[in-house]
Amino acid sequence: MSVEVNALLRTVPGAQAPLLDNVSLHVPDGMFVALVGPSGAGKTTLLRAIAGLDPYRAGTVSLDGHVMTGVQARAGKIGFVFQNYALFPHMSVARNIAFGLDVLPAATRPPRAQVAARVAELLDLMQIPTLGQAYPSRLSGGQRQRVALARALATGPGVLLLDEPFGALDPIVRRSIRTWLRDLHDRLGLTTILVTHDQEEALEVADRIVVMQNGRIVQDASPQELDCNPATDFVMEFLGEAVSFPGHVQGGMMYAQDEAIQPFSVPAHLADGPATAMIRPYEIGLVPQATDSGPAPVRAVPRGVRGGYRHYAVQVGARSVPFFVAQERDGLALEGRALDISRARLFRDGRACL
Amino acid sequence: MTRYVLWGASWLFILVVLVTPPVMVLSEALRDGIGASVATLADPDAQAAIWLTLKVTLITVAVNTLFGILAAWLLARFRFFGRQALLALLELPLSMSPVVSGLVWLLLFGAQGWFGPALERMNIHIAFAVPGIVLATLFVTLPYVVRTVLPVMELQGRDAEEAAFLAGARFWQVLWYVALPGVRGALLSGVLLTTARALGEFGAVSVVSGHIPGETETMPLHIENLYNGYQSVAAFTMAALLGVLAMAAVLLRAAPAWFARWREKTI
Repeated sequence: MSVEVNALLRTVPGAQAPLLDNVSLHVPDGMFVALVGPSGAGKTTLLRAIAGLDPYRAGTVSLDGHVMTGVQARAGKIGFVFQNYALFPHMSVARNIAFGLDVLPAATRPPRAQVAARVAELLDLMQIPTLGQAYPSRLSGGQRQRVALARALATGPGVLLLDEPFGALDPIVRRSIRTWLRDLHDRLGLTTILVTHDQEEALEVADRIVVMQNGRIVQDASPQELDCNPATDFVMEFLGEAVSFPGHVQGGMMYAQDEAIQPFSVPAHLADGPATAMIRPYEIGLVPQATDSGPAPVRAVPRGVRGGYRHYAVQVGARSVPFFVAQERDGLALEGRALDISRARLFRDGRACL
Repeated sequence: MTRYVLWGASWLFILVVLVTPPVMVLSEALRDGIGASVATLADPDAQAAIWLTLKVTLITVAVNTLFGILAAWLLARFRFFGRQALLALLELPLSMSPVVSGLVWLLLFGAQGWFGPALERMNIHIAFAVPGIVLATLFVTLPYVVRTVLPVMELQGRDAEEAAFLAGARFWQVLWYVALPGVRGALLSGVLLTTARALGEFGAVSVVSGHIPGETETMPLHIENLYNGYQSVAAFTMAALLGVLAMAAVLLRAAPAWFARWREKTI
């Protein structure tokens, strides 16, 4: 089921900036989209607006081309998993899961045996077949997560909305449930929108990543595209550690303010003027020093090993620049004439200009 | 040492202020023996008073419970213009003397009141009749259910209710299956407080009822009437009965906690 958000505007009285500022988003059928951004960016607000839980001042939300009005119109079509699961504490797991079927009007409600079969099927799917009679208070975080998911899927919705569903889980459970969720999405042919503040999580599971900031969508692209061509300095910064070097472009060359940075060529169509080069620490290189020219001006100091990279710190002017080298690269010189940042992206006034 | 002094003082205070009155009432009621005491309840006016009190209490509790749940839900879930004012107004019956609220009803529906004559012409009697007593009791007992349910509902949060709405539940289903089970304890507490208060309401009812024996006399009014007529055994018997009813309500209120503790011990 495709989701189409068109120019959604949500304001709150008293606040200057709107919570959602003309947000438009198209999610085709079967896609897994992650909404990322810092807290207060409007991710959860957008998700709740899509679910119809909060009113919006202007704009529309459509499912498969039909404009949705209230939450009633969406009932059964959208499954929503809340950040704190929001299970019904006084109902058993089985009744929690069956809730969406139990509240159907008598005319359309499936017979009891069929509801029970559906619950058993979902419990199996969630890999918690024995927990039907348990109460939510007795479950672990990961189990509650699965019950919440089963409840959201009970009515067979086409769209699954997840609001930071892994927030309260420990890292190991988190990682395994993440891949399991992606698998579930593919198997059931769902259209999923996941809200998370963890960019790594988003990069791992999503087909497309939507970066939000201040109630607006800053960039909407595939993980790869996002990594290669971030639209703004914020996106670059948000997706992972980045180092920025202010400077200026002149005659097809980028000159950083710091002496220890090797100038590098940029496409000729880029107009002269100030610009900022941003680069990931693992993309930085060292320009070798000529053998007989005295002590090297740039020197890398080891800072340990993490995630397959050897970490170094390089003193550039008054600050220390992180610099990572893949572990398998041996015999690398740790001294040099300058830093090579020719793989950097260039930004002007906060927007990509390369 | 200080602890025992405090402990002793507390018990002494409670004995004098809380325990003595019911004991005195009971001993006064049984002064001429239990037979004489029970005989006074056979009086038709006494029975009418008992039935009227039970009737008024039943109506009041039903109306204020329903209204209280809806009002608490509205106040807990929505922020609207006038919410603070409504919250403050809910305190009014607690702070205002019941006599004043009784007078207000007379002012509205009495023979010389704003709507009184018009309603009289349509043969609808409110002041000096049962509807007036119900209205006065409704006013006095209005805050209890809202006040006990509201904080618990606020604490409960709205996520579960939103999940229920998204699952396709309609308003009454959400209220019945999701919102209410979480506030059961508070609701029971509020209902029983309302019951106890409705049983015993004197001031407001006294003003609007007109004290017609056998017709508009509730138990508290009847007790006063008997006592002023020097029928002290009858007065204290009725008082004891009313006291027992009120106490039963209060004990029921504590029952869930006892039950939970008992169950914990046996498991």
